[in-house]
Amino acid sequence: MAPNINPLIIFLASIITSNMVLSNFLGMCSYLSVSSEYKTANGLGMAVTLVLVLTTVLNWAVYTYVILPLEIVYLQYIIFIMVIAALVQILEMGMDRYTPDLHAKLGIFLPLITVNCAILGVTLFMVIRHYNFIQSLLFALGSGLGWWLAINMLAAIREKMANVKLPPGLKGPGLSFIITGIMAMAFIGFSGIFTIQ
Amino acid sequence: MDFGVIIKAVISLALISGALSVIISISESVLNNYGTCELDINNGSKVLSVKGGSSLLSSLANERIFIPSACGGKATCGLCKVAVLEGAGPLLLTEEPYITQEERAQHMRLSCQVKVKTNMKLLIPDELFNIKEYICELVGMDDMTYDIKRLRMKLPLGEEIHFKAGQFMQFYTKPYGKVKEEVFRAYSISSKASEHDHLELLIRLVPEGICTTYVHTALKVGDKVRLSGPYGDFYLRGEGCDELIMIAGGSGLAPIRSLVYDVIEKGLPHKMRFFFGANTLRDLYYMDEFAQIEKDYPQFTFIPCLARPEPEDNWQGQTGFVTVALEEQVDNAEKKEAYLCGSPGMLNACITILKNKGFTDDTIFFDKF
Repeated sequence: MAPNINPLIIFLASIITSNMVLSNFLGMCSYLSVSSEYKTANGLGMAVTLVLVLTTVLNWAVYTYVILPLEIVYLQYIIFIMVIAALVQILEMGMDRYTPDLHAKLGIFLPLITVNCAILGVTLFMVIRHYNFIQSLLFALGSGLGWWLAINMLAAIREKMANVKLPPGLKGPGLSFIITGIMAMAFIGFSGIFTIQ
Repeated sequence: MDFGVIIKAVISLALISGALSVIISISESVLNNYGTCELDINNGSKVLSVKGGSSLLSSLANERIFIPSACGGKATCGLCKVAVLEGAGPLLLTEEPYITQEERAQHMRLSCQVKVKTNMKLLIPDELFNIKEYICELVGMDDMTYDIKRLRMKLPLGEEIHFKAGQFMQFYTKPYGKVKEEVFRAYSISSKASEHDHLELLIRLVPEGICTTYVHTALKVGDKVRLSGPYGDFYLRGEGCDELIMIAGGSGLAPIRSLVYDVIEKGLPHKMRFFFGANTLRDLYYMDEFAQIEKDYPQFTFIPCLARPEPEDNWQGQTGFVTVALEEQVDNAEKKEAYLCGSPGMLNACITILKNKGFTDDTIFFDKF
């Protein structure tokens, strides 16, 4: 059932050539709005990676052991979303309790992440592509790291750009989109080395 | 067949969401249960036991301590600042934009973002601590001059107000005549700070003024009036100074009267000179009372100034604007503090003169209206 792709290839490709932001354009809202400061962007990237791995693992289990046996594939979107929302909420409470320092850094992003399309996107790709557990896990980890890398790069460039004189029409989102486009081209340049779908 | 699918979908969704809610509730009761936490406010002047797990803002509100907040806990207004000395954890990214470096040093935090997880030590300014709403009964309304009324209000039985002489209350009108909405205006308290069950306000009729017109035409003795307070940072400082220069015009006399009684009742040694500006004799009020205080307490001098006394007034005292009297009678700023309350025009003129004599922003206190 699962495609015969080396999980390591999936991992590397999801960081670079199949990057969630730069080639799938998922998770764009927080990618654009929380990238004006490097420090904040770094925190969000870390939180997205953590939540991505946890939700994908959980959703894989829910899909394999609940949705498939019950034959309720048509309900998968609602169920995935509910699982993500519940997990994020519990994660926030747990973090606040046991790792207050980490919560101070990441906790405030968690509610934002619930509605980050990249999270649901990874789960759905996993289902569409019939990944097995190991493949899903590495796919989620890679996608998270890729998203983290992308937002960190954009934030670093935007911090540098803050001192540059720009035509008024390019300020803010305009320039962010152009930067993102150029970064996307550079990333897709690696397609010859490894690609998935 | 189709019917079966619908039933199955509804049941599975219900079961799955039910299971998730149960998991969330269980984890909330385990993870978000911080037991009872003690909030020590102002170095032990008040200790509250609250259930942990909620924001500091809402925990305090449950204990009827209202920290001003406009956004309702979304970290967008930055008003709900409270100094947390212990138990707040690290500063959150949501708070950073609202807390300046200086405030960080004072341990200021946004109370809507800080969660109560352990015992905490807080500093809450007294005036916040104290703000309450009172539904008072109007027990007296007297004409002080042709356009100033004194309102005397009795607090509800068993309630007390503690304010610093010079502070003000917000007075809420009821809809009347053409005015369909409730409005509120601020009025200084003119009664003694030692009187905890009554409040007096002096309200001058302002032409076209919504609230003052309400007071002067619609309000009757026996009515209920809604007040909140006390507010404001116009109150006696007095440290390291020998003399208080007090300046007021019109109904600006209110907080000054309260201040004068405060100094006398507390037995403070400060000399007081009260310059009261008015146009003609019919604008003066509380003359007998201040003359009596002057007689009983030599530390107090009352200097009414009439700008335009009528010939039939037979005025013997100071004439001209208050500024003239100030210029003539206050020689320097040495060990003096100035307290001013009146219209902006008069205040600005007086402040200019005081600054020329050496008063600074640290020794001039005023309440403009």
